[in-house]
Amino acid sequence: MLKLRVNGTEVSYDGDPSVPLLWVLRDELGLTGTKFGCGAALCGACTVHLDGQATRSCTLQVSDAAGHAITTIEGLHPSGDHPVQKAWREANVPQCGYCQAGQIMSAAALLAQNPHPKDEEIHEAMSGNICRCGCYKRIEQAVRVAATGV
Amino acid sequence: MNKIENVSRRFVLKGAAATGGLVLATSVGMRRAMAETVDLSYKTGASAMPHGVVTNPKVFVSIAPDGMVTIIAHRSEMGTGVRTSLPMIVADEMGADWTRCHVQQAVGNEEKYGNQDTDGSRSTRHFLIPMRQIGAAAAAMLASAAAKRWGVDVKDVKVENHEVIHVADGKKLGFGELAAAAAAEPVPPVESLKLKDPSEFRYIRKGKVQIVDLHDITTGHATYGIDAKLPGMKFAVIARPPVVGGKVKSFDASEAMKVPGVEKVVEVKGWPWPSVFQPVGGVAVVARNTGSAIKGREALKIVWDDGPNASYDSAAYRTEMQDAARKGGKVVRNLGDADAALKSADKVITGEYYLPHIAHASMEPPAALANVKDGKIEAWACVQSAGGTRDTLAKTFNMKVDDVTVHPTLLGGGFGRKSKCDFVIEAALLSQAVGAPVKVVWTREDDIQHDFYHTVSFERIEAGVKDGKVVAWKHRSVAPTIGSTFVKGANQQIPIELGMSFVDVPFNIPNIRCENPAIDAHTRIGWFRSVSNIPHGFAQQTFVAELAHALGKDQKEMLLELLGTEGPIDPRKQIDGQLWNYGEPYESYPIDPRRLRGVVEHVAEKAGWGRTVPKGHGLGIAAIRSFVSYIATVVEVAVDDKGNITIPRVDTAIDCGSFVNPERIESQIEGAAVMGISVAKYGSLTFKNGRAEQGNFDTFQVARIDDAPGQTNVWIMDSGWTLPPSGVGEPGVPPFMPALCNAIFAATGKRLRTMPIGDQLKA
Ligand code: FES
Ligand code: FES
Repeated sequence: MLKLRVNGTEVSYDGDPSVPLLWVLRDELGLTGTKFGCGAALCGACTVHLDGQATRSCTLQVSDAAGHAITTIEGLHPSGDHPVQKAWREANVPQCGYCQAGQIMSAAALLAQNPHPKDEEIHEAMSGNICRCGCYKRIEQAVRVAATGV
Repeated sequence: MNKIENVSRRFVLKGAAATGGLVLATSVGMRRAMAETVDLSYKTGASAMPHGVVTNPKVFVSIAPDGMVTIIAHRSEMGTGVRTSLPMIVADEMGADWTRCHVQQAVGNEEKYGNQDTDGSRSTRHFLIPMRQIGAAAAAMLASAAAKRWGVDVKDVKVENHEVIHVADGKKLGFGELAAAAAAEPVPPVESLKLKDPSEFRYIRKGKVQIVDLHDITTGHATYGIDAKLPGMKFAVIARPPVVGGKVKSFDASEAMKVPGVEKVVEVKGWPWPSVFQPVGGVAVVARNTGSAIKGREALKIVWDDGPNASYDSAAYRTEMQDAARKGGKVVRNLGDADAALKSADKVITGEYYLPHIAHASMEPPAALANVKDGKIEAWACVQSAGGTRDTLAKTFNMKVDDVTVHPTLLGGGFGRKSKCDFVIEAALLSQAVGAPVKVVWTREDDIQHDFYHTVSFERIEAGVKDGKVVAWKHRSVAPTIGSTFVKGANQQIPIELGMSFVDVPFNIPNIRCENPAIDAHTRIGWFRSVSNIPHGFAQQTFVAELAHALGKDQKEMLLELLGTEGPIDPRKQIDGQLWNYGEPYESYPIDPRRLRGVVEHVAEKAGWGRTVPKGHGLGIAAIRSFVSYIATVVEVAVDDKGNITIPRVDTAIDCGSFVNPERIESQIEGAAVMGISVAKYGSLTFKNGRAEQGNFDTFQVARIDDAPGQTNVWIMDSGWTLPPSGVGEPGVPPFMPALCNAIFAATGKRLRTMPIGDQLKA
């Protein structure tokens, strides 16, 4: 039986400890805000925070997540008003929206570590997150808004 | 927008159950053209679609006693904003306050809601008027109810901001107070409705309304097909035949069953090729979570019978296509005598172009949850066609449609892939087999290797020039057809393919000949955002720039010269069979080169066509009519000395006639440029031994943030309400690739005739 700390709450999982954290979050705990896009750390849809670090949950064995603070999009802010979430809404970033939880989690982790990233730093931090709808221009703009307020 | 959020969350599993409160009356007849209002006199192809149009306000609008208005969204949301835009039209026309409106997603039921096939860029063009009529009918019923209560003439009241107001003395009744009485009013006949003057619109064309799912999307609460939940559900992945037309010969599940969490291994029924929208079969692993199912699948041992397409090889096929294009074939349009004009020309210019298969690769792969129980099916899925999915399920399981419920979730991208409901049928087959709700998830490899692919294409254009003028245009297009997914052995392009930037070429040239040499398909061909406009348009618009170069002219001037200055051109009599005009009557939507001229001139001005650009930069232009919209794009490219390309700026002008939500038009066009970059730089799906050679985003790459244009400017042509609405979701893609390649030629002198660009510019 694994004990996990997800969004500040202790939960347990009694299945195969070698499956990726992503599927435990989604299928066992019902936290479907974290998305599946590739299963191979190529697209960023599954990004969560592990002790504040942006982490691809699709390639992290769930047993390796035990003992760490796991934050998913649902737990990023109690009312969904993290500055990154607000900036995302202000810039009308999403089209289909599917990639956006991962994008927001990557952006939030970036800004926590580097509150005023340069454009290249934004690109670097966000380049692991694919948006097939092509919202990149607005993603960049929203990260800047979240960082600077403008 | 709190209310809206609640609704979309509740939708997760309860579905779109009707809400209480009012409901507005009985049925009205078929929509009729509104002769008294000039802007509404056009006809669309909406009524020719399966189940056509429903304008019954009772079906689409209900008002609760507290005044909350619930509006049905009957089309699928895949990122275009339609789930917001169409209900917003109803709200505006009925005088509702948008903050007091819920949007509720319709289940699949075309008899009730009208056509639900969300594809072909036609939601706004088919439903702008019906949605306005629904809103106007609701407003009229509210007005009539208030007038009766006050004992005044209905002419003396107006509907505004969620209230009915008595104009003379200013007394008011809220929508909630009138809900029950309005429900008892008869539905006014469509031709009696007075629609708002556009100056009265509060939301339409303002671009201020945010998408209804915005909060849920940014907080992880939006529900996609992959997110649907039911108590006790199981999770499945399927090993499908690696070659289209193949099947399972034998399999050994013993190792898979040992994987912890795996509960069952089941063979899935497959339909023979061409399987239309049905599953291709395979072996499913059912487990307690998707991760365990994937591990179980890795442990399966399967012997496949590869079937008739086992030798499909993209390199060999390219040669076959090229040979066919050089030989010629079925004439699908003929004007004048192109061959004679070519013979007597001063100069003949030839261009050959090749564009490979592409996979859709929507970020959400196909995924569906189904529960087959007590002779009924209930399914939740990311489908573009909820009604069609319901009908197909009913037919497949030999049930009455009334026993099948399909809840369309949000779609994490669709791009045409999710018009096909194979994955929903898979989920239902497995639910039936295991006696529990089953969610089927396609992994990325499944998605890329078992897609309904964008066609591969070889295009050849010859033009004859006499006295400096283009006098002959001969275009041959060779591509496996979408028809082959439906009909065994289909080997010629079908009208919808021919009608996309091929036989409808909008140029004023006296001799035009289009040929479609036959070629057999060896995989499943489907429609990908903008479909055949991609290969046909790429060839056509690259070739225009080649002509310009050969004749020492400017690209844009060459394009304008070919478009000419004359009004609509009508190729219908020159075509073998019927011209497919995106399903629209030609009278409402003629092929008008002047509108294409309009966007070319506009975008050229806005983009500063002809401006001096830094060394290594170049400008390119392309203009294409697609989905009855007119669109032109100017790309500025920068090519460094290693052959890496970046795109500092893109400008696109779109003439989509009357429009509703300019903010979402911009987002669609911005996204289309990025998708264009994916197609141009990376898009290639190849086959060897019948198997797709790519599997995930490492081998099938798509654009990332670094690839995106530095600046994307979108210019929407404003013709007021004088032109009927036309497509927006797809038209942004086709002009991008030729504009980019024309820009690359301007920057480097290198002409790219094969997509993707890949390493072609590398030294
Ligand atoms: S699903 Fe984890 S990176 Fe794509
Ligand atoms: S918004 Fe659709 S994939 Fe990003």
